Amino acid sequence: MTKDPSARIVHKQAWGDYFLFRIESPALAGGAKPGQFLMVRVSDRVYPLLRRPLSIHARASNSLEIFFQIAGQGTSLLAQKKEGDGLDILGPLGKGFDWDADIKGKLVYLVGGGRGIAPLYFLARELRTAGARVKMLYGGKSLPDLPLRQKFEKAGLDVACSTDDGTCGFHGLVTALLQKDINKQRPAALFVCGPDPMMKKTAEIAAREKIPAQFSLESMMGCGFGACWGCVKRIRKGDNGTWRKICEDGPVFSGDEIIWEKEG
Amino acid sequence: MVDLSVDLGFLKLRNPVLAASGTFGYGLEFEPFLDLNAIGGIVVKGLYFGPREGNPPPRLVETPSGLINAIGLQGVGVEQFAKETLPRLRKYQTAVLINVCGASDEEYVEVIGYLNDQKGISAFELNISCPNVEKNGFCPALDPSSTFSLVKLAKQASRLPIIAKLSPNVTDIVEIAKAAEEGGADGISLINTILAMAVDIETQRPKLANIFGGLSGPAIKPIALRMVYQVASAVKIPVIGMGGIMTGADALEFMIVGAKAVEVGTANFVDPASTLRIVREIEDFCQTKGHDKIADLIGTLKI
Repeated sequence: MTKDPSARIVHKQAWGDYFLFRIESPALAGGAKPGQFLMVRVSDRVYPLLRRPLSIHARASNSLEIFFQIAGQGTSLLAQKKEGDGLDILGPLGKGFDWDADIKGKLVYLVGGGRGIAPLYFLARELRTAGARVKMLYGGKSLPDLPLRQKFEKAGLDVACSTDDGTCGFHGLVTALLQKDINKQRPAALFVCGPDPMMKKTAEIAAREKIPAQFSLESMMGCGFGACWGCVKRIRKGDNGTWRKICEDGPVFSGDEIIWEKEG
Repeated sequence: MVDLSVDLGFLKLRNPVLAASGTFGYGLEFEPFLDLNAIGGIVVKGLYFGPREGNPPPRLVETPSGLINAIGLQGVGVEQFAKETLPRLRKYQTAVLINVCGASDEEYVEVIGYLNDQKGISAFELNISCPNVEKNGFCPALDPSSTFSLVKLAKQASRLPIIAKLSPNVTDIVEIAKAAEEGGADGISLINTILAMAVDIETQRPKLANIFGGLSGPAIKPIALRMVYQVASAVKIPVIGMGGIMTGADALEFMIVGAKAVEVGTANFVDPASTLRIVREIEDFCQTKGHDKIADLIGTLKI
């Protein structure tokens, strides 16, 4: 974990309200693992005050990528940054996804919804390097919510898309596509990131099918490194749960640990 | 070379900048970002006797130039702190202050009783002002007689100096500060957070599960400064000022109105090395202005 106040945007791509930045920072890129995140300062003033937590989307030796959607004032300001602009970043933070060496040769599904796809590209590449057979399920409301599908295809990844309105790929929720694919071919593991209802539904499927699943949770954060205790999620401990910090104990938890909130 | 040391009477600090309770974890969380020896002190996250569960999420909401929190003092109890954290904090020369919590008068005494015998603690900061643990933000620091009696009880139980941390959610802060002084407090720190709320207009629900939370950050600094000035002008015991300090200039404002030291809170989330940066900014100011000693600036407001 380090603070690099002089990281620099070297490449920017935009699709509607989705953005990708490649950020040059050897210090941050060094030890980054899939599922870890960065705390990015969006303004050098006090409004907005807090850093924004963003998943690491890709890593090279001297650079990292972030992929984000405008979700409010902070990400809106961040989206206005240009190539060449500096960024003040803390990272890499949290515990990432986890797998054993015996993943080699096994089929795994990576299930991403909307901007939740962000950490799964980095993960897909690392899992592939580890010898796993990776299939990505990439869901969104509509075609414009799937801006990364060509990037995945170019990287030679096996990608199936779904849209709620049927404008791209499977017509329906990505969780329905997942169930369909599981019925065809059972994966050894699931790696999931997306909106809470989508992850909750995926957790139900994983539990029913007895497939180990890991979930990367999203939360607003005060600090990102365990000091404020603001970003908690209910995690099993014996029969009851305890509030664990998403930033420090997560953001990735296994499906059987998470106690999902009730609807509404 | 500027002399940055300050003397609270009961405690000498190498410089006037402390990390505020609840924003600095148990201290060790900040080891990757700064040399803990370079700051005046650390007020560790509030400790109850046992571990505490805290409030359900959402616990945080950002507001213009501020942050509302309703963490509810989740944390480890005294035993885990004393066994796992304190030994690692002892290797630093930085003063370690403990923010003491209690669900009852007896629990405050139990926490103090347990920690009295532990080496490496400079003082207790009595947390009588957290707005997030009782209904409607209630806390002992809202009432002069509760403040007086709790401070007195803590002082009797304690072998270490007692600093009473006050709430801004009162009509007359001076009355409460005087009650703490009469109860035997060695010092006063203020302000804790301002009771606040935020609403999601789409769902018409409060943005915090606890409905209310405590507002901190730059948004509250002018209110904090006014209250620190009022209290420092009215009591004889030393005052530690806090509330929205982001820069050395902010810290100097508090010292000029009479604070002998300052605590830096929310800034630690934005920039984990804030405390150290603020020490340096204070030093730079003194050098530029030709002040040999920071202590000479305390309480120098010209009216």
